[in-house]
Amino acid sequence: MIKNGTRLQSQVCDTQVIVVRTAESLDGLRAGGSAMVPVGGQSDPAASLDPEFSDGNLMGKRYVDETGAEVLVTKAGAGTLTIGTAALTIKEAKPLPASD
Amino acid sequence: MSISLLLEMAVSNDPDRLAVVCGETRMTTGGLDELVGGGAGVIATSGAEHVAYVGAGGVLLPVLLLSCARASRPFTPLNYRLSADALLELIGRLPAPLVVVDAEYLDVVAGLGKRVVTSDEFLSAARAADPVSAFTDPDAAAVVLFTSGTTSRPKAVELSHNNLTSYVTGTVEFAAADPGDGALICVPPYHIAGVGAALSNLYAGRKMVYLPNFEAREWIRLVGAECITTATVVPTMLDRIVTVLAREPVGLPTLRNLAYGGSKVPLPLVRRALDLLPGVGFANAYGLTETSSTIAVLTPDDHRAALHAIDDAAIRRLGSVGQPVAGVEVQIRADDGRPLEPGQTGELFVRGDQVSGRYAEIGSVLDAEGWFPTRDLAFVDDHGYLFIQGRSDDTIIRGGENIAPAEIEDVLLEHPAVHDCVVVGVADAQWGQITVAIVVPGEGTDPGAEELRDHVRERLRGSRTPDRVVFRSELPTNSTGKVLRRELINDLQSATKEPA
Repeated sequence: MIKNGTRLQSQVCDTQVIVVRTAESLDGLRAGGSAMVPVGGQSDPAASLDPEFSDGNLMGKRYVDETGAEVLVTKAGAGTLTIGTAALTIKEAKPLPASD
Repeated sequence: MSISLLLEMAVSNDPDRLAVVCGETRMTTGGLDELVGGGAGVIATSGAEHVAYVGAGGVLLPVLLLSCARASRPFTPLNYRLSADALLELIGRLPAPLVVVDAEYLDVVAGLGKRVVTSDEFLSAARAADPVSAFTDPDAAAVVLFTSGTTSRPKAVELSHNNLTSYVTGTVEFAAADPGDGALICVPPYHIAGVGAALSNLYAGRKMVYLPNFEAREWIRLVGAECITTATVVPTMLDRIVTVLAREPVGLPTLRNLAYGGSKVPLPLVRRALDLLPGVGFANAYGLTETSSTIAVLTPDDHRAALHAIDDAAIRRLGSVGQPVAGVEVQIRADDGRPLEPGQTGELFVRGDQVSGRYAEIGSVLDAEGWFPTRDLAFVDDHGYLFIQGRSDDTIIRGGENIAPAEIEDVLLEHPAVHDCVVVGVADAQWGQITVAIVVPGEGTDPGAEELRDHVRERLRGSRTPDRVVFRSELPTNSTGKVLRRELINDLQSATKEPA
């Protein structure tokens, strides 16, 4: 299982994430249709952004799946974040007043 | 994740955004990032294992906090108002520290025999140094803060990168601030709120304007001059701001949010502040050093709801610290560890990723399920609002009956002639302890002891009537507004030992 704090990058777009809460499901994490790889790792030169998974993602947003896995987007990109083919959803935070 | 990543994200989002303002200094996120890279270089090549800071803060706080993170060394801002002996004792407990010191406190640490650089020397060296970025273990301490030690030897609280980033990413939306938003920061650098402010405002994308030595008129001037939208104050600061605003009314049209916390704020002061600043949303933030700052917030909407409420339970919420923030669980326990029902007072336990509960030299004090004992007495109401009833250490045991001082203090503070007060227990041969109210009368008032005792007697059980009432022109507090109860008790004890 991927460790909390692991930083991953997309092979096919600019997306980078950090694993905030890990789960088995993250083994199948993809961006733009291709598996995410450790930051600084090798990308498959043949891989390209799948138009099916090109809705993009938002900088600084936390994305979750149904099993409780959570990643934070540290660099936004054009690919959709998915587990297999199921899209992750944005975790909406309850807006809080600035308190410090 | 490392707190370095918070800066990295802020820079990649907008390197040209104005991030830090202090006096003449104005720094963008990109400028801060460059200085932090060089600062990490200075720290890494110094051979130090830890960095301590003795000074008033300002730009130095975010720069040192983030430089240390990037160099993978823990950072300890210290209370520059402590005596030389007390400072030396604390620095002596840190492993091989580099001590960064504002020039005016250089004398205090000069004889230390540690590596010492002045703040200006550090900044110059950081501008010239090659940037460094070291690997960081996210579970390692990013910040070590000494508790204020009002009752015992200061404890060194270790806050890991994960604790702090959990707090920030869990409670703050990235880059959610509007362009031009500004936070006025006057909490001291060695306070957890100072650390929280640097990280959460950076992450929110809010300009941080530093006011290192708080003064109420300067605070009011800066709100106008820098178009401040949010600010946080401790109770003593709020009291001074309200006093100035009452005498010299000025509008603060840009200010949207004013948070207060750090220690308990008297309710009449909250009402006066709300009255003087009707356009401002007030937030009461409750947290501890050990919990990486805020764990519960009474929001502006909560304040408004309580002010306009008709039923007693809702009105009372103005005196609560609101509901827990996302990711924090609370539990109230009896002395035997049994969880209590709403309305019952017991010790507050909290749990969550932002909760450290770990001390240097001691280790973790979390229980097997990860709960941290806050040593604060509290209850929750039927709607989950949390009410803090003071430190369990302050509980008075009079004739076998447990009395929370806050219960009596809250009633006394509602008397029109009471500006401030604190209730303590003093040793007594007959009762074990007796209750003594130390009262600061309001300006131009001269309340009698009997009048105040009657005021309490009419509202609370007989055992809550203060046995004695003494008057003082002010209460002894530390620099963040915490009343030094121990000092008052010692004064009262030694006074009663003197022959009549």
